[in-house]
Order: sequence, then structure tokens, then C-alpha cells
Amino acid sequence: MSGTSASEYICKCTSACAGCSSSLILRHVLKAAGPDTVLVVPACCTSVLQGVWPNTSFNIPVYNVAFAAAAAVASGMAAAFETLGKNTNVIAYAGDGGTVDIGIQALSGALERETNFLYICYDNEAYGNTGMQRSGSTPLGARTTTTPGGKTHVKKDLDRIIAAHHLPYMATACSAYPQDLVKKVKKALSIKGPKFMHILAPCPPGWRYDASQTIEVGKMAVKTGIWAMYEREYDTLTLSGPTKAAMIKPAPLEDYLKMQGRFSGMSEEKVRMVQGEVERNLRLLKAEAEGTC
Amino acid sequence: MLTLSTGNNAVAAAVRQANPAVVAAYPITPQTEIVEQIANYVTNGSLKSKYIPVESEHSAMAACIGASITGVRTFTATSSHGLLYMHEMVNWAAGARLPIVMANVNRALGPGWNVWAEHTDALQARDTGWLQVYVSTVQEAYDATLMAFRIAEDRRVYLPVMVNLDGFTLSHISQQLDESPVSDFIPPMILDHAISTDAPMGYGCMTSSADYFRIRYDIERSMRDSVQVIRETEDAFASKFGRKYSWTEDYRCDDAQVLILSMGTLGKEAEVAVDILRSEGIKAGSMRVRWIRPFPEPDLRDRELVVIDRNYSFGFGGILASSIRAKTGKECYNVIAGLGGQEVTFNDIAGFVRERRIGEESWFGVDA
Repeated sequence: MSGTSASEYICKCTSACAGCSSSLILRHVLKAAGPDTVLVVPACCTSVLQGVWPNTSFNIPVYNVAFAAAAAVASGMAAAFETLGKNTNVIAYAGDGGTVDIGIQALSGALERETNFLYICYDNEAYGNTGMQRSGSTPLGARTTTTPGGKTHVKKDLDRIIAAHHLPYMATACSAYPQDLVKKVKKALSIKGPKFMHILAPCPPGWRYDASQTIEVGKMAVKTGIWAMYEREYDTLTLSGPTKAAMIKPAPLEDYLKMQGRFSGMSEEKVRMVQGEVERNLRLLKAEAEGTC
Repeated sequence: MLTLSTGNNAVAAAVRQANPAVVAAYPITPQTEIVEQIANYVTNGSLKSKYIPVESEHSAMAACIGASITGVRTFTATSSHGLLYMHEMVNWAAGARLPIVMANVNRALGPGWNVWAEHTDALQARDTGWLQVYVSTVQEAYDATLMAFRIAEDRRVYLPVMVNLDGFTLSHISQQLDESPVSDFIPPMILDHAISTDAPMGYGCMTSSADYFRIRYDIERSMRDSVQVIRETEDAFASKFGRKYSWTEDYRCDDAQVLILSMGTLGKEAEVAVDILRSEGIKAGSMRVRWIRPFPEPDLRDRELVVIDRNYSFGFGGILASSIRAKTGKECYNVIAGLGGQEVTFNDIAGFVRERRIGEESWFGVDA
């Protein structure tokens, strides 16, 4: 892929599922970050796909920690590197459960304290590592093992919670747009202070689609506008190209929903509610990008 | 230099001497004064640490873990609910073999809200792999904190150390403190397994049962090796500063026929009780247990034992008495006293000895 490093920091043969986009995201994140990087990983799919000690499929240092602790561990690590005069990138790489639910307190604290680190939430919209239970990030209507009738609550608006911390840099991205993703990681790491990225990570077994469709599902999420991509530098919001296109001519939401077994049997009322949420979100983002809100 | 200091300020003064690179802490009564004083030191430039004012105790220990694994010295302080809230990371710190030092100001657990002294908080963490020492004076709080860094960072140990001091009865009382500069008493910290981007490794990865089991055994081996390291450190401290410490602080034990065993400040009350009892012709002695992990093997011989527990394990008994029974097979008179800061005087303790009923348990002031 043009514009990315030829170096690989995740070896072949991880224990990730076929079609796993979270490991694909991490591959690109590490290519963008380079070898002077330490990953802090709470309980999530990434804890598993490294493999079993004493082997590891990663060739950068990875510090695995308890579920709620990633941002706080990264805080301590970033402070210690500073005392040692090191510029090592500290990247917390956490799933949505470890971010929007159990880890949000530590994350909020680390952001408020202006920790010099990059926190990446890869969002597969459920507790994937434990077999797909609902998280705060699961969208309305999605079936998980703990919402067998479809989720009755809407997806938590993590990005506006993060935005309220008034960060020098935050961005959303999607595994299906790796060049955009790499560009955003590089930009984030060029800035001192707290940085945040929220990356959509389609999950074949959890979302119930064929592993070969991982990129297509990610693209359709962006084309329908259910996943919006942008960058925010303090108060300035910049929409990413694919999301601008989706605002002009969105693909029908149903095309995204029907690709995935988790939305099977979703009521028309719930589809309309999700459609309403999508439109509301895009309207707010557009107004903010144009400076009219 | 002689000063007057509270127990809390003595801990902070020792931390300033040890000069950790990172301090991450959260306030809680009765520990708050320690982190306030450290924040003052950092603000006035007399301590060069990075002070991370975390949003919870769970994050305090997590931040210490993140800092410690880079190979730098770290410190935190907590108490009671704070210690319980960080319990997950307390386990993680020991399992990750990180020489973090923490002061815990012993306090009761809610409900109801009670900020006074009790040891149940720290004793709930006794199976985590932390070394635990309990102190009884302001000077000892200072000295034990200094020694804690040297013990934890010894590569034969590489385990965290918790220094325990009683809430209010030690944290907030003022006594004389000899704040001797430590110069080279604590060598620079070298962590053999520090994280390095030059030698990438996975830390805390998924681990098979066989390997996990072996790693757990390694913790226990280091815990056993720490016995020697503690002895060496306390001996070195005595020869440098003239203040002697050991597994237990023994007072008039040599010819004693009945021993009072206790922890923390109650041990100082017990010494006065011994003098009273001796004046009545009862040959008593006091043995204040300082280290709970590793647990000492006290020389109890055939003496009668009165064990005072400022803690309780519901459905079982006082934790010090249970431990002594398990280690020595000896029965005792177990008095549960001082929970939630209940006042226990030397006269009360003398009474426990006079009324001792070996093999029984009594809740002071509650049991008829």
C-alpha cells in the first residue's frame, strides 16, 4: 500500500479469527508508529491474538494489563519515559468494552491530565473476546449473546464524550480505509499531549457475515454514514473525504444492515430509529465542520 | 536532623529521600496528608518526581505499574477503601514483579463510614504477593519506608512492599523524627525485566497452566528469599543509622511466661501493659509482629499467648491468631480489639492478660 512502511510489526500466524479487522488496524497503526513504540493492551481480542507466552506474534513491546487499567498504565508509562528523556510512543490499544464501559474513567482521567499518549479504541461493537456480549458501543437492534432479541438501547456516543475533553487531536477511522487511518495515526503521533482515535473494526463472527466481506462491510458503514470519519483539533472539525461523499449521497442504511446476521429480524421501527440517529449525527458533524453550529 | 513529625509526614519525608521518578496517588482519609506533602515537595522543587494526580486508586496503582515497568522507582499511598478499590492492580503489581512501594494507612471498612484504625484493609491483601510491614512509631514509619525501597528493588525480591501505619493513632500523632539523609543507603533501581523498544517482549501475555504455575512458584521463592534480604537491609540500616529492627519487636520477652502478640500501635500500649503486669508479679512480655508477609517464625517456646487482633476474618477468627496457630500449632487467647478505632489502653491490655482463657476468643467490650 503506498504511503506506508514496508516493515511489519505483527508477524504472520496470529490467533486472530479469519477476516479480523482489529488486527488489520493494528498492523497499520504499528507501521505508522514505527519501532520506538510500546503498546498497552487491556483485556480484549488483542490480548489473545498475540499468542501464548513465551511466544508472541508482535515484535514491539506489548504491556498487557487488566481490563479497566489501560489509560492509567499508559499515564504512568508516559510520565516515566519523560523522566528518562525518551520519546517512545505510548499507544493504548483497547476494544470498545475496555473503552466506553469499564475503562472510561481511567481514560477520562488520563485525557484530563493531558497525558502524552495516543489512545486507540478499536470498536467491534461488543465484547468480542468473550464471545460477543453487548457493550455500550453495540448499536440499537444488534443481536448479541446478551441481547438475543436485539439491543434496546442506542450506541453510546463515545466521540462526543471524548470531544468534551477538548483534545489537541482526535479522529475517527475505519479498517476499510487504511491510508486514511495511517495518515491519522501519523498526525496524532506528531502532536504532544493526549490524542484519541476511534476506529470501526467489523468482526465477521460477531457481526455474522462471511470473513471475505470485512472490507466491504467497513466501506458500507462509511458510505451509509452510520460510521462517520473526521478529525478534530481542539474546536476545529474536518470531515474525511468518504464521509463528505456519504453526506452528499448516502448509500441506503438497509444495505449495511442486511449484510450482517446480527441485524436479522430487526423491526422497521428500530431501523427508522437508527436512520434517525445517523441523520442527526451527520447533520451535527456537518454543521460543526462548516462552523454553523 | 531532629524534627517533630506526624506519621504521615514521616512517610512523605522518607519518600523525598528515596526520590522516586513517579508518584501516582489519590487522596483518602487518613492518608491524604502523605500525598499533600509529596505534592508540596514537588511544587517547591525539593522532590523531582513526576506527580500524577490520578482519578482513582485503581488508576494510582495502574500508573505505578506503567511507570515501574520502564525501570524507574515509584511510590503511592492509600488507605482502606482505596486499597480495596485498587485490589485488582495490587495483585497485578506483584504478579508483574514490580518493586513498587506503597504506604497504607490502616483504616476500617464501611459500612458504616468509619475512618479510624483497623488492620482488616491491608490483611485482605495479604495473599497478593506484596511484602507487608506494620509500624508503631513515627520514626519507624520513616525508617520502614526507606528500607522498603531497598528491599523491593533487590533483584532477589522484585516484589512490591506495603508499609502499614495505623490511621490517626500513628498517621496523625506527632513524635520526634530523626530525618537522617540516606545518601547511598538505597542503590539506584535496576529492573532486569524493564520494558525496552530495543528488546521487544510481550508482558502479561496469555500463559499456559504449566508456565503460570511455575511463575507463581517463582513469586513464592522470592518471597522466601526476601527473608534474607529484609534481615540484611535491617542490619545494614542499624549499622548506618543505629536504629535496629527485626521480624518482631520484643519487649521483656526473655523470661516471660505469657506473651502479648499484637501489630501496629497496640504493640506500644502492650509494652506499658507488660510493665504493669510485671509490677503485679505476672511475668509478661510483648512481641509486636512487624512483618506479616513474609510471616515470621516467632520464638514462642512454651509460653502462654495472648493475641490481640485489630482485624477479623468473619467465620474464622482474628487473622494474627489464626496465622500463629497455623504456623506453630500453639493455642492462644485471641482478643478482638480496636476495630473501627475502638480505644484500647494499656490498662485494657493488662486486663486481657489477667483474664486470659487460652483456647478462647473474646471481642473486647462486646462479649459478656
